[in-house]
Amino acid sequence: MKILVTVKEVAEAEDDFDIDGLDINDRYLEYDLNEWDEYAIEEAVQIKEDGEDIDVVSVTIGPERAEETIRMALAKGVDRAIRVWDDDIAATDVLDPATKADVLAAVVEQEEPDLVFTGVQAGDDSFGATGVALAETIGFEWGAVVNALDLDAEAGVANVRRELEGGIEELTEIQLPSVLTIQTGINEPRYASLRGIRQAQSKPLDVHTLSDLDLDAGVLESPLRRTEMYEPESEGEAVVFEGSPEDTADELAELLQDVGVVEG
Amino acid sequence: MSDVLAVTEHRQGELRDVSFELVTVGRQLAADQGGELHLAVIGGDVDAFADELNLDGVSVIHTVDAGAEFNHDIYTQVTEQLFAEIEPSTLVLPNSVNGLDYAPAVASRLDVPLVTDAVDIARDGETEVTREMYGSKVETTVAVDADTVAVSIRPAEWEATDAEGDAEVREFDAEVDESAVESTVTGFEEVAGGDVDISEAEFLVSIGRGIEEEDNLPLIEELVEATDATLSSSRPIVDNGWLPKNRQVGQSGKVVTPDVYLAIGISGAVQHVAGMKGSDTIVAINTDPNAPIMDLADYAIVDDLFDVVPQLIDALE
Ligand SMILES: Cc1cc2nc3c(=O)[nH]c(=O)nc-3n(C[C@H](O)[C@H](O)[C@H](O)COP(=O)(O)OP(=O)(O)OC[C@H]3O[C@@H](n4cnc5c(N)ncnc54)[C@H](O)[C@@H]3O)c2cc1C
Ligand SMILES: Nc1ncnc2c1ncn2[C@@H]1O[C@H](COP(=O)(O)O)[C@@H](O)[C@H]1O
Repeated sequence: MKILVTVKEVAEAEDDFDIDGLDINDRYLEYDLNEWDEYAIEEAVQIKEDGEDIDVVSVTIGPERAEETIRMALAKGVDRAIRVWDDDIAATDVLDPATKADVLAAVVEQEEPDLVFTGVQAGDDSFGATGVALAETIGFEWGAVVNALDLDAEAGVANVRRELEGGIEELTEIQLPSVLTIQTGINEPRYASLRGIRQAQSKPLDVHTLSDLDLDAGVLESPLRRTEMYEPESEGEAVVFEGSPEDTADELAELLQDVGVVEG
Repeated sequence: MSDVLAVTEHRQGELRDVSFELVTVGRQLAADQGGELHLAVIGGDVDAFADELNLDGVSVIHTVDAGAEFNHDIYTQVTEQLFAEIEPSTLVLPNSVNGLDYAPAVASRLDVPLVTDAVDIARDGETEVTREMYGSKVETTVAVDADTVAVSIRPAEWEATDAEGDAEVREFDAEVDESAVESTVTGFEEVAGGDVDISEAEFLVSIGRGIEEEDNLPLIEELVEATDATLSSSRPIVDNGWLPKNRQVGQSGKVVTPDVYLAIGISGAVQHVAGMKGSDTIVAINTDPNAPIMDLADYAIVDDLFDVVPQLIDALE
């Protein structure tokens, strides 16, 4: 059995930043493995450790910088990694979920996994759509926002819980092959061990261009275009307590007493 | 080609709030384009739902008899067929958890571009959708160069429509291909029960990822004891197993409305805010003056929680 895990290196803005054109100035961005993908990796690695003959492959569409992130996935137990990139992708400004789904579909075609895990959403642009779009594109069944998984490979079924709003979970049987979008909290992601980090150096990390995947640059054409980015007008009327921690704490204590939630 | 189709949502016998917000969005978009607003009600007690949704600005309500609860394979097929029948220019779906489970599939099948989690939509000529990025620190506009577009809307962002209307209700005979229904909902379960009910508390001290380590919890517990408050948290604290699920505030946790909500090291992500924005007084302690929680707060301290909280405990003792 093979599990393909899609992973994204996401950017996070520092506290103070400025916007340069249509994005935050790169100087103020820090890059890390997407939080949701960390749980997806862990889920796949745990299934591998529980079973026999299970291959876990990760794929990212991302620049060379992302290899650091991918190595972390390898260090945590992923067997092999694929990175898709070329000049045409680098020149594209919005990679919308439908486009990503088309590119990832070509990887699925080559790899023929039984299961694909994606994150529920990418922490930076938060489309929350790539996994389900991919499922539809490749003709797999799917389930979104999965926070528990019990795989019955023999019966060809994934028994999942989907986390709905308000503390309600839906129990669903999903036929394989399928794409599951993984929610945080489904497991406890491990830290990479020193041994894992060493081993990751010798695990395969293949770089594919679009043409390696039998795709051409036409696949990148998208009707979506980012036209603006700005800091939202603060609607906040917050009274900001100023001064040393001692001063601000005093003011807050007084407020709590005035409101009446603590005794004065 | 100027009509709008909005697909409503229900669960366990009740329409969800976002359905009434979809009417508001759909009505506006239809008016902008000189078209009509069509609603779809798929599954459940469709007649009762259609009654409730007979609201100002709705032209036609299409009811589809299709099981009691949401199933993404059925919703995808039915929406596709309704789309073919109505030929709308805009398809509006909820960006709810179930929306996440079928909107991308519908868009992909119809080969229509999808923009998710909209907080604003302008559609005069070109479509421009406003959405947030980088944990709500910035907003972006996305222009969609296509005649037909699908947009999923962020719940609780628009007002609900409640004024009555005079829509026509039509039964739509969808042909569901059962062999393509490869997922089955077998039940629902309510989680997050247990000893405390944070939604009853008058004063919540709520912690987020800013607390950094489990070892720092005793500091907060000391504050909770000194103030007789109730302890709650954002999601990562529960994901990490530092607090039980019944302490989680937010979309997938509890909705709380205390007199005072003291958010310590919480950024104010939309799914968190969904659970606490109704609090009477919101106070934030956060090192980041640009954190989205600051927009919501009535009072704020922009400083390190590890400096402020011990002083606060002192001041209260
Ligand atoms: C389908 C779905 C459902 C979700 N449901 C929920 C939900 O129910 N509830 C929920 O909370 N989240 C939910 N989330 C997750 C949500 O998107 C955010 O990831 C989460 O709320 C972030 O939690 P946080 O604010 O604690 O962490 P972060 O966003 O990491 O924020 C930490 C904050 O702490 C501040 N900070 C750091 N150090 C210090 C310090 N020393 N002193 C003071 N401040 C400091 C930082 O400036 C930052 O603002 C959901 C997500 C999805 C996709
Ligand atoms: N560039 C990418 N490369 C690989 N996987 C991605 C990429 N972007 C998004 N994904 C996957 O899709 C999930 C949802 O992302 P999104 O739909 O962009 O919010 C992420 O958690 C990843 O698993």
